[in-house]
Amino acid sequence: MMKEELETTNRPDNTAFTQQRLPAWQPMLSAGIVIPGFVLIGLAFIGIGVALFITSQNITVLEKDYTGVETTSDCYKCSNPSDKNCTCKLEFSLSTLFEGPVFFYYGLSNYFQSQRSYGASKDEYQLSGDLDYFKTPISACSPYQYDANQNPIVPCGSLANSMFNDTFKLYQIVNGTKKLVPFDGKGIAWWTDYNIKYRNPSVTPLKNAFNGTVKPSFWSKPAYELDTSDPSNNGFVNQDFLVWMRRAALPDFRKLYRRITEGDYARGLPAGNYSLEIAYNYPVLSFGGRKKVVFSNVSWMGGKNQFLGIAYLVVGSLCVVMSMVMLIVYAKFKFPEDD
Amino acid sequence: MLRRRLNRLFGRDERKVDSRTIYVGHRPCPATEALIPPKFCDNRIVSSKYTVWNFLPKNLFEQFRRIANFYFLIIFLVQVIVDTPTSPVTSGLPLFFVITVTAIKQGYEDWLRHKADNEVNKYLVTVLEDGRRACKESEKIKVGDVVEVVEDETFPCDLILLQSSREDETCFVTTASLDGSPTIRWSVAVYSGMETKMALNYQGKSQKRSAVEKSINAFLLVYLCILVSKALVCTTLKYVWQNRPGQDEPWYNQKTQKEKDTNLYLKMFTDFLSFMVLFNFIIPVSMYVTVEMQKFLGSFFISWDKDFFDPEIQEGALVNTSDLNEELGQVEYVFTDKTGTLTQNNMEFIECCIDGFQYKYADSGTELDGFCVTDGPVNILQQKAGREELFLRALCLCHTVQVKETVGPADLGGFIASSPDEVALVKGAMKYGFKFLGMESKNMRVMNRNNDVETYELLHVLNFDPVRRRMSVIVRTKSGDTMLFCKGADSSIFPRVRQEEVDKIRMHVERNATEGYRTLCVAYKLLSREEYDQADTGLREAKLALQDREEKLMAVYNQVETGMSLIGATAVEDRLQEEAAETMEALQGAGMKVWVLTGDKMETAKSTCYACRLFQRSTELLELTVRTLVDLGRKREVRLHELLLDYHKRAVQDAPPIKAGVTRSWSSANQDYGFIIDGATLSLVLNSSPDSNSSCYKSLFLQICQNCTTVLCCRMAPLQKAQIVKMVKNCKGSPITLSIGDGANDVSMILEAHVGIGIKGREGRQAVRNSDYAIPKLKHLKKLLLGHGHLYYVRIAHLVQYFFYKNLCFILPQFLYQFFCGYSQQPLYDAAYLTMYNICFTSMPILANSLLEQHICMEVLMDNAALYRDVAKNAMLGWGPFLYWTLLGVYQGLLFFFGVRFLFSNPALQDNGQVFGNWSYGTIVFTVLVFTVTLKLAMDTRHWTWINHFVIWGSLAFYMFFSFFWGGIIWPFLRQQRLYFVFANMLSSVSAWLIIILLILLSLLPEILLLVLRKPRGPHSRQVLSTYSDTISFKC
Repeated sequence: MMKEELETTNRPDNTAFTQQRLPAWQPMLSAGIVIPGFVLIGLAFIGIGVALFITSQNITVLEKDYTGVETTSDCYKCSNPSDKNCTCKLEFSLSTLFEGPVFFYYGLSNYFQSQRSYGASKDEYQLSGDLDYFKTPISACSPYQYDANQNPIVPCGSLANSMFNDTFKLYQIVNGTKKLVPFDGKGIAWWTDYNIKYRNPSVTPLKNAFNGTVKPSFWSKPAYELDTSDPSNNGFVNQDFLVWMRRAALPDFRKLYRRITEGDYARGLPAGNYSLEIAYNYPVLSFGGRKKVVFSNVSWMGGKNQFLGIAYLVVGSLCVVMSMVMLIVYAKFKFPEDD
Repeated sequence: MLRRRLNRLFGRDERKVDSRTIYVGHRPCPATEALIPPKFCDNRIVSSKYTVWNFLPKNLFEQFRRIANFYFLIIFLVQVIVDTPTSPVTSGLPLFFVITVTAIKQGYEDWLRHKADNEVNKYLVTVLEDGRRACKESEKIKVGDVVEVVEDETFPCDLILLQSSREDETCFVTTASLDGSPTIRWSVAVYSGMETKMALNYQGKSQKRSAVEKSINAFLLVYLCILVSKALVCTTLKYVWQNRPGQDEPWYNQKTQKEKDTNLYLKMFTDFLSFMVLFNFIIPVSMYVTVEMQKFLGSFFISWDKDFFDPEIQEGALVNTSDLNEELGQVEYVFTDKTGTLTQNNMEFIECCIDGFQYKYADSGTELDGFCVTDGPVNILQQKAGREELFLRALCLCHTVQVKETVGPADLGGFIASSPDEVALVKGAMKYGFKFLGMESKNMRVMNRNNDVETYELLHVLNFDPVRRRMSVIVRTKSGDTMLFCKGADSSIFPRVRQEEVDKIRMHVERNATEGYRTLCVAYKLLSREEYDQADTGLREAKLALQDREEKLMAVYNQVETGMSLIGATAVEDRLQEEAAETMEALQGAGMKVWVLTGDKMETAKSTCYACRLFQRSTELLELTVRTLVDLGRKREVRLHELLLDYHKRAVQDAPPIKAGVTRSWSSANQDYGFIIDGATLSLVLNSSPDSNSSCYKSLFLQICQNCTTVLCCRMAPLQKAQIVKMVKNCKGSPITLSIGDGANDVSMILEAHVGIGIKGREGRQAVRNSDYAIPKLKHLKKLLLGHGHLYYVRIAHLVQYFFYKNLCFILPQFLYQFFCGYSQQPLYDAAYLTMYNICFTSMPILANSLLEQHICMEVLMDNAALYRDVAKNAMLGWGPFLYWTLLGVYQGLLFFFGVRFLFSNPALQDNGQVFGNWSYGTIVFTVLVFTVTLKLAMDTRHWTWINHFVIWGSLAFYMFFSFFWGGIIWPFLRQQRLYFVFANMLSSVSAWLIIILLILLSLLPEILLLVLRKPRGPHSRQVLSTYSDTISFKC
């Protein structure tokens, strides 16, 4: 009795786990699985690639640089930074219908929104409507924390301060007269940014919340007057502001400015001559940057991007070629395990 | 034995204390002596490192002494002090995790040590106090206490013998475990506690580090260089870039006043530190903890293995250290003790041969078997019976055995002898009716078959020595005849007896020898009075000679031991351990070189080697012993040099060069060499006089040994065993050594070798206690090395490579991103991802894999010893595999980054035209990364248990879940909600999905290709697969 007890206490447990004998699946990559698998994957990738490529091909893009570096450009006159309130024109014509909905982007290059100090230079508590941070913004906002008179800047920080402030008006030239193409400024920022992440302080009128604060030095209007036409598009929950605040990943980027979805242009921009009136405010030449506007329509895959389709085609064909190579190799060295 | 012990007590202690004055029984100090009573420590043995109070500070100190932990601490401090891109939490949390887990593990191990210490310290001993016996806990013994030690008890500390229960005031000490004395006696405590010899030995035990750890440190250094160069490149480029017009301080990102005021060089330095912090994740902080957990948890599989369970002793394997698991898969040299390890140390008298007739003792139950049953004329029969009795008397008289005083009255007879086969012979004679009763003041008493006691006066013992290889006794019978009985090896007896006698016996002896028995020939000689007188004076003179005593004695011995008449021969078997031969064969098949280190005589050891198939019939033996050296009477050094050169020529120069990856069949086609050396010659080789070129001997010797499949070292002192191990360990290529033994005399070599294995034999626990692993039987060594060792090595090697790889492709995109963010140390990934990558998302699959993986299943590994060679010489952690993994990491890192970068050339990735920002960029890269490294591991996994499935798919699911959760809520404690809905938005973009799938596939494509194309080329795998496909598919 005693002995049996001893044995049970000392003897190792005879379980599958302790004896390293857990039932296990041992995958065997044999030619019979790999070659058809590769062919299938390859074909699927080629299929997706073709779809992507065609989709991308069908997306129309119109890109226009308006920095005004070239003397021939109308915007050349505005490229002098001392020149305030300068407007210039960019004219183009469409030979066919630019299918809608058309998305209107502005693009900047050699602009490092991705810099760390730049990105960190904002106060998210302030931007979520916390009035305490209206009076004392965090130090990360420096040198845009307080102005010369020690008034707190709202919204503080380099990121907000440098908000893009060129404005655009698009006219279609119909029989020599300018017909305004209506822009839709809604839904250009992320829904969650507009509705949850960024909040105005719950003070009405909104202007009162900003008492004792100053607007960012670069801004021409305070935050609560960003959109005079739509009161719900002011303060921090302004679509343009939110688009700007979502930092671009790369130094050459584009940001959504407006959509063309209304009126006669819901189906797109018809063929004809167009004139884009630009209020040229944003200086980029000092750091060697460029500005451009982009008209584009989008598909299920987003904007035009040839890379993805080509990559899929290449990888897909690679898979097929490799399965061929494998087939040859396997045929040469007959495999005993396949017997 | 006692002398040796006392020598140990007094002789070698000068270094520590010159002398000790001890007051036995704590008498008061005599006032006249101006001696301050010295303070001695108490008898507590402390092998534990920590106490409850000092655990935290001491453990932290120990942990931060480890270079990697210290490095992470520095990084953490830099993050706290300097304005760095990532918050201190990102490196502080993993560091805290690592430190905590390690502390828990070390705390647990120390708790075990505390338990073991307590067992020893609370052991009750009898102490004489004020003339009375008192029971005391072992730890309370003070220096000067008088202690009573009963038979078979362990000494509680170092003692000096005061009184023995034996009449002649002697005692016997088994050095096997430095415990167990056959007599009751009093003794006084001399050294106690941590000052005992044993404790001093413990302290000499240094931490063993495995070869894998050395590889890790080398890789770490490479990665540290990569890290520093990355930081340097970024810092340099940053300032180069900023020098271009307009880039230093664009209007949209103006510097603060503080930044403007800072010294340029200080700014550069802090920038450098910031880059270091940003890229520090390339050094896998969690690798150490994962490796440690793997070792700690993995070692349980050894102690859990029921194959190691021995029903006889009711115990399984014991793991004393988990740091060396993988070293079991790397063993190149096996040093094994012979007695008790290869053999059972259980000598048994098998048969004898008298005058050419063979007598075999069939069954111990029957009294006489084979004796006097042959038919024949009566007178012959009588003559035969006379010879038998003479033979048995010779066995009873010609030895140096002493009878053990037994407590019980009726005992089958315990004998004490320097050599167990003498006991076997005496016991063998007993079976045939002649019983040796012991010595009584120079008289040997023998009980014959008729239960009459015969007494013989012992006149001289001509001791055994390895050159003569025989021993003799001269006795005088009651009737006054003087007789010489001699027993010895056949080669030393045959020339000294008549030829016709030899012919009758030679055949039997040879047959016995080939069967692996130890054979001895027995001869006798009647000495006339004159002959005896002459021998007597010769012996006395020689014994008293001051110069050349050995030589003179030898001359007399040789003179006396002539003209004898051969009576017969004996065969004694030293039983091999179960499956000893199979085990040794497997070890050799696995490419290990087996060295037998024994204190035994050469003949004995040689026969064991033959029996274990370490030497085979075809093996050519190269012998370097006292016998071969003494041959020509020349100076020994000269002869040694000659022999060494000759052997070197045969075994090294003429042998074809050994190619890597040879199989057993290939090597056995060539000549196998076996090398035999004895202790005396070894010391000559190792410590030859300074004028001769000893280093030359040593290297010659080593080269010969390295080309021999088996080396036998006989007549070794325990210290010499360690010396040999040390020599091999430190030779070129520093091979991994393993020592296996069961007795206290093996402790030195067990401690010296990379891996020390103790056998839980009957001979005490010293070897087990000092070993790294203890197994009940020798046969378990095969599974321990070929099965567990191989798997552990493969597992940990893969673990290490994988860790470096996954952190390289983790941090490479972050490095590349610096080129796109103006070298501003902008992290690509969110802080949560940086922190969690190593401790949550990718840690469990590799841990499970490194615990459960069986790339080849256990049975196949055990059946194909040659598979062990595939991983020999740290094959999976060489620079080649490291380069492969590093390139893979670089390839994937580049792919992740640039794949997404080209996608982001148009950041409008959703069908609503909205654009993605930098955090989306990082999240896409990170998602690809997590999936790729996890799937890479899945591809490497050859053995999918449910646990593997659970952790691999579970980790991916957890990543998805976490990302949703992390981005789905506004976390009040976070200053910046960077990832708010980034992940969800990413998933709503078809392009993001497509790029993720594409990049994962493309990253793994070379691996898949390699996996498919590489497999058919491996000769082993194909053979294994075809032969053992049943095993694989059904058993595993």
